[in-house]
Amino acid sequence: MNGGQEFNVTPGRVLQLAAGLAADGLAEALEPSPGLVARLSLQPGNWGRVAELAAQQGLRWSAVWGDHCPPQISIRAVLFGSDGHLLLETAVDEQRPELTSQSPFYPAAERPERTLHDMFGVQFSGHPDDRRWLRHQAWDENDFPLRRDFPRNGKRSTATTGDSSYPFPAVAGEGVYEIPVGPVHAGIIEPGHFRFQAVGETILRMEEHLGYVHKGIEKIAEGRDLAGLTRLAGRVSGDSSVAHSWAACQAAERALQVEPSSRALALRAILAERERIANHLGDMGAICNDVGFAFAQVQMSRLRELWQRQNLELFGHRLLMDRVVPGGVCCDLTPQQISTLQRAGDCLHRDIEELLPLLLEYPSLQDRLRTTGVLSPEDARRFGVTGYIGRASNLQDDLRRDAPYAPYDRLQVRVPAYLEGDVAKRLRVRGEEVLVSLELQQQLLHELPPGALRVACPPPGREVEGIGLIEGWRGEMLAYLRLDAESRVLRYFPRDPSWLSWPVLEVLLKNVIVPDFPVCNKSVNGSYSGHDL
Amino acid sequence: MFRIFNRIRRTGQLTEPLPAAEQPAAEPGARCQQEIARKFSHSLAIRMVDAGSCNGCELEMHAVNNSFYDIERFGIHFVASPRHADLLLVTGVVSRHMEEALQRTYAAIPNPKLVIAMGDCAGCGGEFGVSYASCGAVANVIPVDAVISGCPPTPEQLLRGILELLQRS
Repeated sequence: MNGGQEFNVTPGRVLQLAAGLAADGLAEALEPSPGLVARLSLQPGNWGRVAELAAQQGLRWSAVWGDHCPPQISIRAVLFGSDGHLLLETAVDEQRPELTSQSPFYPAAERPERTLHDMFGVQFSGHPDDRRWLRHQAWDENDFPLRRDFPRNGKRSTATTGDSSYPFPAVAGEGVYEIPVGPVHAGIIEPGHFRFQAVGETILRMEEHLGYVHKGIEKIAEGRDLAGLTRLAGRVSGDSSVAHSWAACQAAERALQVEPSSRALALRAILAERERIANHLGDMGAICNDVGFAFAQVQMSRLRELWQRQNLELFGHRLLMDRVVPGGVCCDLTPQQISTLQRAGDCLHRDIEELLPLLLEYPSLQDRLRTTGVLSPEDARRFGVTGYIGRASNLQDDLRRDAPYAPYDRLQVRVPAYLEGDVAKRLRVRGEEVLVSLELQQQLLHELPPGALRVACPPPGREVEGIGLIEGWRGEMLAYLRLDAESRVLRYFPRDPSWLSWPVLEVLLKNVIVPDFPVCNKSVNGSYSGHDL
Repeated sequence: MFRIFNRIRRTGQLTEPLPAAEQPAAEPGARCQQEIARKFSHSLAIRMVDAGSCNGCELEMHAVNNSFYDIERFGIHFVASPRHADLLLVTGVVSRHMEEALQRTYAAIPNPKLVIAMGDCAGCGGEFGVSYASCGAVANVIPVDAVISGCPPTPEQLLRGILELLQRS
């Protein structure tokens, strides 16, 4: 860290930026919607300039999305400061959709802006990369699937060819060679393409080409009712089913001004912590397995399996899909089930407290994980990566603590964080987060308040919108929702934390040897489905 | 090191016989093993392809490899190359971006070959169905021999689905 100055959390403040922008005439303050600290309306020409000022003041970039409301395309972006979330809004004409880019100031905005071009045709001036991103060969360059006039089933009925012409930058130099990997990978994993440029064993550069599992989630959400939307949200990324469905439901409930009971919210939090625990357990084992330490894999997959069996027994689904519903949850716990869960939680706590030191102190495992795949705290902040990746590189942002929503507003959430940013620390953060989640689960179970499992979500009678912000196990999860008078979806945009984590995988692979790619990739574990939509 | 050995000793053996459903006396894993012995020289090699899943099916596919189910004891193993595979296990709707990759993987598997569509998406389109980005069910793109329904199918349903196909093929 330079000069002894430590940035533990995003340092910038939304209100300070908003006041400055309003004073300079760069933005007009609007009434903030629920869950946000401020909401600003900008002229399209100031879009990039405002990002520049926000970056200077240390705000973290979170998301950008479009919404075609003919004859305009409205564009929104969310930034995060230590006091909460800021929504920026602008609109461009559908005939001349031009906007200044935020990417020069926020590298995390690069791919989302390219996606806005692929899906809506928005042109970003000053963008460093004019290549397509989610579009492969399934639709034409001049077609934009998320425009209202684009048919849901597309314009083509012929077979789609593979995307063999994606313009990867060429490399030259003595001994430099390329390794193309994917989309079908060697193991049981989602599809994507990685292009390695290497000398000997050392990776000079790795570039991702994603979008293979793009299945049109945003488009097929249109017209759904809230129950159908929630089912879809629970399948944006199967490993984050609870978090995505919670974010979508939170957005809907804020839009409809409905407040689920505190019991329902506590149960949602229990489900979310259980999802976090299951994924951390599975990945901790898999990370160790990628360097040949089978003991950890066997132990962690044992614990994960027991955990999932309990999910099935007490909540009705091994991956907890479809448990979060609009207005609440569809599962409850009896006092007897609560004590069963408490016992199992204590049991897992003891197991992790025994196993974690074994992993952290085992020399031949740590030898492989320490100093491997380092993401510096500066890079973590520059890319605004959230979740365990950020925390292992000292960017601690955790919405459960830093922008708390019910029931976390009444809980103390401990956030483990380290400076080293290597695979070893990402593993350690996840192990410690399991312990934190277990403590939270026990506390939630102990104080499970009474209340209805589900409250009604009556149709609003007019067009409404809302934003959901949830701390998923991968990090900050966002959902935007616009509903018509009958509560049917006009626009659904889920932003999986993987959008923020995929770019840093490329960064942390610099000078890593090719055989260490799997363990680095697993330590980041971006969701392909959550990203490709 | 002794702490690790001690933990291994205390964990003991977890692998369990699968509970039989429709035929209480029979044990599906063992029957799977018999079929594999007879038809595949004791070894069934599976190549999986995620053609557009949400990754839920992949999590359960990993689970059949954990100590409780230990699918390898029946002679079933997942392989990296389609050239080594007897069976193609496909998850998800087939995204248009994966259409050709799936066809090429299918073509790379030597004949005779089997195809299972795992999960509701692969079987009938599930939540995603057909759209500008999705071809829908796997059968819309390559021939399918069996469907294992569920969202996602549990490890046990996955094992039973494989067995049912082996018994009738």
